[in-house]
Amino acid sequence: MTEIAAVEVENLSVRFQQRDRTIHAVSGISFRLERGEVLGILGESGSGKTVTLRSLMRLLPHNCAIDGRVLLDGEDVTAARENRLEELRGNRIAMIFQEPVTALDPVFTIGEQITETLVRHLQIARRDARRRALEWLDRVQIPSARRRFDAYPHEMSGGMRQRAMIALALCCNPAVLLADEPTTALDVTVQIQILLLLRELQRELGMAVIFVTHDVGAAVEVSDSLAVMYGGRFVETGTARDVLRKRAHPYTEGLLAANLHGVEPGTRLMTIPGAPPNLADLPPGCSFAPRCLYALPQCAAAMPLPVVCGDGHTARCLRAEERTRIAA
Amino acid sequence: MNAPASLPADDRGGPQQPLLIVRDLKKHFPAKGRFLSFGRDTVQAVDGVSFDVGKGETVGIVGESGCGKSTTARLLLHLIEPDAGEMIFDGAGVGAPDGISVRELRLQMQMVFQDSYSSLNPRATIGDIIAFGPRTAKKVSAKRAQERAEALLEQVGLRPSLFARRYPHELSGGQRQRINIARALALEPRLLILDEAVSALDKSVEAQILNLLSDLRQNLGLTYLFISHDLNVVRHVSDRVVVMYLGRIVETGGVEAIFRRSSHPYTQALLRAMPSMDPDRRTKASPLIGDPPNPINPPSGCRFRTRCAFAEEVCARVSPGLADIADRHQVACHMMDTSSGHSRAGTTSVGHD
Repeated sequence: MTEIAAVEVENLSVRFQQRDRTIHAVSGISFRLERGEVLGILGESGSGKTVTLRSLMRLLPHNCAIDGRVLLDGEDVTAARENRLEELRGNRIAMIFQEPVTALDPVFTIGEQITETLVRHLQIARRDARRRALEWLDRVQIPSARRRFDAYPHEMSGGMRQRAMIALALCCNPAVLLADEPTTALDVTVQIQILLLLRELQRELGMAVIFVTHDVGAAVEVSDSLAVMYGGRFVETGTARDVLRKRAHPYTEGLLAANLHGVEPGTRLMTIPGAPPNLADLPPGCSFAPRCLYALPQCAAAMPLPVVCGDGHTARCLRAEERTRIAA
Repeated sequence: MNAPASLPADDRGGPQQPLLIVRDLKKHFPAKGRFLSFGRDTVQAVDGVSFDVGKGETVGIVGESGCGKSTTARLLLHLIEPDAGEMIFDGAGVGAPDGISVRELRLQMQMVFQDSYSSLNPRATIGDIIAFGPRTAKKVSAKRAQERAEALLEQVGLRPSLFARRYPHELSGGQRQRINIARALALEPRLLILDEAVSALDKSVEAQILNLLSDLRQNLGLTYLFISHDLNVVRHVSDRVVVMYLGRIVETGGVEAIFRRSSHPYTQALLRAMPSMDPDRRTKASPLIGDPPNPINPPSGCRFRTRCAFAEEVCARVSPGLADIADRHQVACHMMDTSSGHSRAGTTSVGHD
């Protein structure tokens, strides 16, 4: 029997119903994340990466329909009742966001917010909770933590707020951390500090982390494996090394080139022609085919199934095998 | 990018005359008064910035939030009035008696902003938005201006028959940024300031816009001032780079000098902070600790000293000036000046690879 994964997602689909149309934000995603592993989900706006992340915590509006199963440590989140979800959120699974301002309460100090979270989730005495909250501020490397304990979010810099939010998310020792573009709004010298901090805490606490970003560089700094998302599907998955070096899907190739990865300065950039697919009207075939330089007539017939192109490396492309063979 | 084929006909000073010379530009904003505070705090947003932009060149300005790069852009166009400083556009002093007026300057210098939506009038059609400048500033007839708008749409890669009658909200972010570029070009400027113009776009769209900008520069002989926080993009587009920190220039030089032989500790840290893009060579330690300091009441002397690993007593006392260390490569650091009294002065080798 295989061990129970930290997160197991089976054929997850998320649809949003609007007046006269259905938006297929996520269409059939499956993956397995072991304890202590970091998965980076890479994608551009509208690719469905944030919706995927939120559906793991069922943090989605009411006009959406979720199909498939999400197992958190073996427990089905999609079937859980609302009060059970409340127990899971924070204790077992926590989330950090791009904008700490929206995640932190402006009228309470950082220390109070972490203390309150600890009291509520772990049912410990307020005094112990305060002590632990202070320890957490230290742990996320907030300088003069004792003084910052009584600071309000608006009194802190962007980087410090991000650290405070990480402390708030991790203080109840969740097994799974969901990170939604946590470093996107930060300056480059602050971004690297937060990425290194997340990597360190992830190792220390043995958490499973799902790190969603559009930034290949940030994803590579923290992820063991990568999933490239396009039109609500994982189009390529594999170790960070394989996805970067042996990119099998034409979209991955375009995305990496557009990130100026290994591009000679001043030269013409390879671009992906056209625009991302309309999620209310997805083509029956491969959703990338209309923009793909390598498309074959049969690409328009049906969305290709994942093709194995190496150990744990898959791409949903009819030509994946041929492409990896040429690249090797 | 290669040098453009030809320079515009209204070139006055000849190819050697820099298109734009900026000297000692300053802007201090009063900080919002605290309750019962005595004395006034100021944000020294831009504090003595000087640089040149050669004809047909792309000069990149990089730096983190609060370094003054966007304020510099606004000061150049006089969207904010500078406190002090001098600007010379193709040999003519801006606002000088024998020079050119701010109004004339703006006809030759246009800007593209980061937020493609808020910089377009939501009630006007795309055609009218682009035609507006020539009609008001150059008194071009409505018909001629519309024709010009359609030609510009073509030039930025949008079919006029599809787009001229549409409104900004009907367009994607990348398309709107193309409109902003077309609008900026409508007055036939010679210098285009691009203030984080591609930062809000998805990477695949960003690449399209960067290619478009490269084409336009070739075809129209444009000069760019390219402001961005994204070092990869700046490296890709720039001929020369200006690095700013808390309102001052800390280093400036050719793009290869900055990216391969940077000499200022801040530039070096900035480059080392870039994610590695290689799973086998991840970043091991952060080059800097903490956030950039608040630009209200910045540190005395060298403004970087509070985060610099090599800071000494002299750094707090004396503000280092920009000095040449190689041809067109200038650094403001006491370590590069043998007479500064810094213990490492002269010992640091120029550049690193």
